Amino acid sequence: MNIKDLEKEKNEGIESLPSEERRKFLQMGLVITGVFLGGTVLSLSSVKNAKGSVSNPSSVIPVEGQYPYPKHLSMVMRQNHCVGCEKCMDACRETNHVPKGHGAWRTMIQERVTTVDAVEKQEFRPILCNHCNRPPCVRVCPTKATYKDPETGIVVMNYSKCIGCKTCMAACPYNARYFSHDKYAIDKCNFCLDTRLAAGEKETACAAACPADVRVFGDLNDKSSKIYQVLHEPDNKIWVLRPETGALPNVFYTNA
Amino acid sequence: MDTKALANMFAQTEDSSLATPGMNRATIFFLIATVVGLSCGVASFIFGHEAIYNNTREVPWGMLISTYAFWAITSTGLCIYAAISHLFGGTRMAIVSNRMVWMSIICIMGAFATIGVEIASPHRMIIYNILSPNPTSNIWWMGTLYGMAVGCMIVEFFGIVTGMARIAVILGTAGAIAEVLANSCLGGVFATLPGRPYWYGGQLPIYFLTAAFLCGACATILFNWMAYKIRGNQMDEPVKKAMTSAGKAMCMVLILYSVATFWRLIMYYVGGAELGRIAAGALINGPLAINFWVMEVTIGLIIPLLLLVLSRLQNVGMMAFAGLLVLIGQFVARYDLIVAGLLVPSNLGWDNAPTYLDYVPSIFEFGVIIGSISVVLFGFLLGERVFGKVFTQKEH
Repeated sequence: MNIKDLEKEKNEGIESLPSEERRKFLQMGLVITGVFLGGTVLSLSSVKNAKGSVSNPSSVIPVEGQYPYPKHLSMVMRQNHCVGCEKCMDACRETNHVPKGHGAWRTMIQERVTTVDAVEKQEFRPILCNHCNRPPCVRVCPTKATYKDPETGIVVMNYSKCIGCKTCMAACPYNARYFSHDKYAIDKCNFCLDTRLAAGEKETACAAACPADVRVFGDLNDKSSKIYQVLHEPDNKIWVLRPETGALPNVFYTNA
Repeated sequence: MDTKALANMFAQTEDSSLATPGMNRATIFFLIATVVGLSCGVASFIFGHEAIYNNTREVPWGMLISTYAFWAITSTGLCIYAAISHLFGGTRMAIVSNRMVWMSIICIMGAFATIGVEIASPHRMIIYNILSPNPTSNIWWMGTLYGMAVGCMIVEFFGIVTGMARIAVILGTAGAIAEVLANSCLGGVFATLPGRPYWYGGQLPIYFLTAAFLCGACATILFNWMAYKIRGNQMDEPVKKAMTSAGKAMCMVLILYSVATFWRLIMYYVGGAELGRIAAGALINGPLAINFWVMEVTIGLIIPLLLLVLSRLQNVGMMAFAGLLVLIGQFVARYDLIVAGLLVPSNLGWDNAPTYLDYVPSIFEFGVIIGSISVVLFGFLLGERVFGKVFTQKEH
């Protein structure tokens, strides 16, 4: 049939489409999707359910409702609220028995002075392990000494398996790991999983200690949680650190 | 095999002409240097790795990892050339291939000795590499494959010594394949880290393989020259021809490696990640510039190429010197590659962080390096003394 003749035809609409045709169309869609899914199986990522915002690659927030872990624990830093008091660092050190010296810390506050319109402005930025959905440290560990907790998505350590090759330290884009002299293994932030969450506490030590309410900690799968609301409020500009590494971090930043 | 049979076997393989006081002294000297050097590393298990080595949270790897990579890469090169000679025969280098197999084993021992004292808990590695393997980890594959390679090569060498040619060829081929794959995974350890743009990318594993072909050719010429030098003998014509072949390979790969190095560095200046460009700047005009321009480029690439041309691939002494210079350059190149990838601080732009962090290897790290070089030289002398007759092959 000539294409010009087709244009003259009346649009039948989809209402009159036989259900068999609809099923065929759906089937074709499923086959195409299946081929793409097959590709993801071949991916080298050790975390099978790693999710990013595929529909909007420039967004750093995971697709709503597609958080890979049943209790998907994350943190949002309301960066402009931070005054650099370092109470979070002290609370973390005390709660998690982080040794002093040898560059041992689980959370840190970075500081810089920027000049905006000839006015100097002091800026603080709290950092810690980003508990990435596609964690480079977990992929590189030869003995699975570091892994994603299947319940919460927290990147945890099994110290007795750590051989101390330090590859995870080199792989981490966030400098979140250190060699613990005490444990003679690599150590890192685990969102206080063993020290507070296991005891029924709802917050990490750093979040609880913060007087300026900078650190919002919670379960992304819980729509009533504060973190869900901050993250999904359309007016809030959200960013993550080093998005180009594709690690899909679970620590988000905002100035809300 | 009882003691008598073993003694008989060594009687057939040993080179008694090397049973001189001078050789004995040299062998014992390198044995002592091995023990003293590696003791510096063993001290880390007593006093703590952080107290002994100058690695930090920000620069977790340093000269020990780069030295490990250097010896592992050299071992791969030697193993590949030996396997090609054994497998396909007919190549002129076949006549020195038994020595290459031995030195490949010895070089990987030098690598293992270095990484054995670099890793904080090697005993856990032995247990959990088997009980809790991670198939996505390049380190796991690298360790496993190098382990398999050395196993294959030891059996291959046993086959060579006992005259079981079939076993030697099969295991030699398997060993070489394992070495190439392990070398590729070694490149992959660095190449698959998006957080380190200076390392990240598909070129690095091929670059490491190119370096293996380069170091293998250099080590072939150098060790054979040394083998004849300690005996005070002149090389036979077929061995000289083998050296010419190795010289040709060295010349060709030197050019390939130089081209790869050129493009590798240019890439950082045409765009891409800022952290990668700053890391490359450490070599071009930063804290590693002398290492790069003097040691890597001038001593490690340009002068050897000129020496090779001057030698017309006939003067073995000159070629051996060129080989030594390339190996020195490659040693520094591994150091620069690893350190440059870590020198740029992750908090750049914050906390008044410097553009480049400080890392200078500790005296203990230098001690371990001397230990690993001594492992290789001790292994070389031991091999010449115990298996000298096996190394002096006839033409196929």
